Amino acid sequence: MSELAERVLSGDPRAIARLISYSEDGDPRGAEEMKVIHPKAGNAYVIGVTGVMGAGKSTLVCEMARELRRRGKTVGIVAVDPTSPFSGGALLGDRIRMNELVSDEGIFIRSMGTRGMLGGLASAVFDAVEILDASGKDVVIVETVGVGQAEVDIIKIADTTMVVLVPGLGDSIQTIKAGIMEIADIFVVNKADRPGIERTVAELESLIDLSHGPGIRRVPVLQTTAKDSKGVTELLDEVNAHEAYIRSSGRFDERRKARYQAELVEIIRKRLMTLIFDEDKFKGRIESLLERIQQKEMDPYSAAEEILAKLLK
Amino acid sequence: MVKKIRVLIAKPGLDGHDRGAKVVARALRDAGMEVIYTGLHQTADMVVQTAIQEDVDVVGLSLLSGAHMTLFIDVLELIKDRKMDDVLVIGGGIVPEGDVLKLKEAGMKGVFGPGTSIEEMVDFIKENVRK
Ligand SMILES: Nc1nc2c(ncn2[C@@H]2O[C@H](COP(=O)(O)OP(=O)(O)OP(=O)(O)O)[C@@H](O)[C@H]2O)c(=O)[nH]1
Ligand SMILES: [Mg+2]
Repeated sequence: MSELAERVLSGDPRAIARLISYSEDGDPRGAEEMKVIHPKAGNAYVIGVTGVMGAGKSTLVCEMARELRRRGKTVGIVAVDPTSPFSGGALLGDRIRMNELVSDEGIFIRSMGTRGMLGGLASAVFDAVEILDASGKDVVIVETVGVGQAEVDIIKIADTTMVVLVPGLGDSIQTIKAGIMEIADIFVVNKADRPGIERTVAELESLIDLSHGPGIRRVPVLQTTAKDSKGVTELLDEVNAHEAYIRSSGRFDERRKARYQAELVEIIRKRLMTLIFDEDKFKGRIESLLERIQQKEMDPYSAAEEILAKLLK
Repeated sequence: MVKKIRVLIAKPGLDGHDRGAKVVARALRDAGMEVIYTGLHQTADMVVQTAIQEDVDVVGLSLLSGAHMTLFIDVLELIKDRKMDDVLVIGGGIVPEGDVLKLKEAGMKGVFGPGTSIEEMVDFIKENVRK
């Protein structure tokens, strides 16, 4: 077995960190190691945390990790922040709220940027979860900012997805408009110390009434005050209840299958994009096709068909 | 394959504000780097643990004054102990001449005074970071 994979499986933080980097950078060495660790992954329970900006997600993740440690579990955390589309750089600040976890060997935290639009994000997050899982972490928590399709996609990784809102009607409505309602297994209204909490919870409950039907599990709404560690025990109990529900109803296996499907699609997509747009074989051809499209000698559809035909030959 | 430069900006020590560190963090982000920012009150051990988990190429320490020399030296020694010799450690702030020497001896590759431009810092990182 390769040395790096072996060290990952034994829980070595530096090996875990390096393999995640390979995956983010699309380093071919990463793929080989991922092949080795896959059979050892699949034991960790994955919690997704998404929701409006500044809702207290990182604070909540920190509190959940502390409670999970009290329950004897080891924890991996993947915290995703947006990459600037202009510079390609990113300011990854979720750790600011997680400082008290740093010295605990039972916890591993990794910050990630969403990186370029040619993919990278999704597959690197999938890999990071799989790596932390294979390294022996009992629970892996993924934090993302809940705006846009990419974040909704990431949630395909999770066994239980929490959507975090805060008191104030505007935010909730925005979130629901963004299509995030459907992905919630649990709603959390954080900052319950703030005025308007009762009203937001009531609004949310009535929205849930609309989508709730007979025989369907009703999505629970929980209140937390993450900054004072309030409501976190109840929240994790609810995660356990959700886990029991998906395991007994067969949905757990469905979700895992959906996760691997999403990962497979992502790997293929990324490789195809690299093949077509990054490799010299196609570069010249694409340049000349673009030229012809611009001159109206060809249209983008025919150009795409020509490239695909070449690829499939 | 695109290797992004990952930088940890840390502020060891117990004193107050981190405006300078944040300015640098944002500037490095604008130069296309991924900057992990951990906030105030970092111990040497926290800095090194974070550097390991985040697999950073660069650790940038905010040296507000010479008052925390021992802390900075602790960070540098821990990094040496862990054999993280491919991590580029730099510092920025107002540091007396004598302390600059001590820091360099302990392994800090670059010490940038308050007059340093961001471009200088970015160039230094790009030139000296592990490839
Ligand atoms: N009043 C109140 N403030 C809170 C609570 N939880 C977190 N905060 C504060 O909300 C702010 C944002 O917290 P974060 O945990 O960084 O929020 P986040 O959702 O991770 O933020 P992004 O990752 O930037 O989207 C911080 O100032 C926290 O201290 C809470 O329960 N009540
Ligand atoms: Mg956050």
